[in-house]
Amino acid sequence: MSEIVLETRHLVRRFGAFLATNDVSLKVERGARHALIGPNGAGKTTLINLLTGVLPPSEGQVFLEGEDITSMASFRRVKRGLTRTFQINQLFNEFTPLETVALAIAEREGVGHNLWRSIAGYGKVVDEAATLLARFGLASVMGERTVILPYGKQRLLEIALAFASKPRVLLLDEPAAGVPEDERHEVLQIVSDLPADVTVLLIEHDMDLVFSFANRISVLVAGAVFVEGTVAEISTDPRVKAVYLGENA
Amino acid sequence: MSVLPQETTVSPNSSTTAAESRAAKLMKRRSRIRFYEIIVWIAAIAAYFLLPSKMLILTEIAILALFAVSLDLVLGFAGIVSLGHTAFFGLGAYVAGLLALHFIAEPVTGLIVAGIVSGLLGLLTSFLILRGSDLTRLMTTLGIGLMMAEVANQMAWLTGGADGLSGFSPGPILGMFEFDLFGKVGYLYCVDVLFIGTMIMRRIAFSPFGLSLKAIKGNSMRSAMIAVPGRKRIVIAYTIAAVFAGMAGALLTQTTAFVSPDVLAFHRSADVLLVLVIGGTGYLYGGIFGAILFTLVKDWLSVITPQYWMFYIGLLLVILVLIGRDRLSRWVEYLPERLSKKEDR
Repeated sequence: MSEIVLETRHLVRRFGAFLATNDVSLKVERGARHALIGPNGAGKTTLINLLTGVLPPSEGQVFLEGEDITSMASFRRVKRGLTRTFQINQLFNEFTPLETVALAIAEREGVGHNLWRSIAGYGKVVDEAATLLARFGLASVMGERTVILPYGKQRLLEIALAFASKPRVLLLDEPAAGVPEDERHEVLQIVSDLPADVTVLLIEHDMDLVFSFANRISVLVAGAVFVEGTVAEISTDPRVKAVYLGENA
Repeated sequence: MSVLPQETTVSPNSSTTAAESRAAKLMKRRSRIRFYEIIVWIAAIAAYFLLPSKMLILTEIAILALFAVSLDLVLGFAGIVSLGHTAFFGLGAYVAGLLALHFIAEPVTGLIVAGIVSGLLGLLTSFLILRGSDLTRLMTTLGIGLMMAEVANQMAWLTGGADGLSGFSPGPILGMFEFDLFGKVGYLYCVDVLFIGTMIMRRIAFSPFGLSLKAIKGNSMRSAMIAVPGRKRIVIAYTIAAVFAGMAGALLTQTTAFVSPDVLAFHRSADVLLVLVIGGTGYLYGGIFGAILFTLVKDWLSVITPQYWMFYIGLLLVILVLIGRDRLSRWVEYLPERLSKKEDR
């Protein structure tokens, strides 16, 4: 089975004269663990922003499960199973982790528009939120204001929040960045434990993580897909090494 | 950053159950009735008995409070700034006046019709505030408010123009309670409407809808990424706020038996914002506390310095801003949550 769930066709995004995304045509299969790597400024986050509707593309199209979602609002894409985490935490500072996750679950269940019943009355939503928070080691702080949590906890909440929407396609923008060393593995384990039909697109700088997690890798350089292949192909590709060494030297 | 507690890896089943029951408790605690809420309503009733000569100013406070609480729903929850909230207040005032003049003098009917008409205007104009930044919203809402004022002024055949609308007298409330000369019935009527309005908005505040409004205010990009339909929610919140603002306007008309063009004046939009700055935003009762403080200070200042009281209101505003809005909007957190000793959070 090689059904394409997420596809871009000739995607272009310009910021003034700067070409952040340059003719990217990408196909991601259902259930793939697809990594997006590339040097800083290669346009990885911009690409995620285009996929999720945070930014509109200058040209090109985005398809989710065969449907053109290029001009679809972000929240509708999430409803259709496409969600993401942010490289820099985007949380609700004044909310508690419990409120944050419960709201995401309420929206997923389609009860977010109810303005008459207390959210405490949705026992299933609250229970699920608690279970999810416990899975991410956030049970002990679920009643604290998010803004006072240590960065590592906020990072875990960022990822837990994406899980709350039960995505079919999950875009992870450097999920391990800022997660304490000893919990990194655990986070990636939770991601790996996702059902096999959930598609994951991962941006990550830690190559060990990428090579252990992904089954397919796209290398982005200067906004364009430089090379794409399996882990074995990419890890031995001399051009990829050159790109990274050139960047780091 | 690596000082995370080790308790995070307890055996999964027992910790999940524990987490669930704790979560249920925390969620219930959110919407628990606070100590200050009880005080407010007891004080409102006590004032009726203790201050019989102050009914007019107390009525004024109740009306301003309802107006401010309605603004808090858009400002404190959805984070939509508005300099034209009085458009709905004024429209409600005129609708209630016209209804009493030409059709039905019964106040509750007038109140409901005024709320519906103002809500319709809110629904129509809500689409203008969906786009743009805070600054554009300030300008758009200011424009709507000024346009409404000009419309009322130009349509003198209907609204009485600059002379205002008079010549009507509201009938007995529900056909039973006649307005008296001292404003006692009027005060109780306004407090009732304020109470019911606040309770309705309070329910909304603790619903998933209310939480989603705060999410939009807190981080609109992320709220979209958890499937919150931001624009739809803002439209609904703005419409509900317009309904209650219109009702506040109707209350003013019915308790004074007069509609002055002043109900649409810009200063009312500014005043109600100031009320929320004083009382704090995002918890509804800020509108009530703010209305009490604002009206009392204004009254006091206008007695001791009839010509320059506006200056002192301005000075107060400057001081408030210097103290910091953040600290202000959170001052209520320092109040005890309930009468007994504070529980651990």
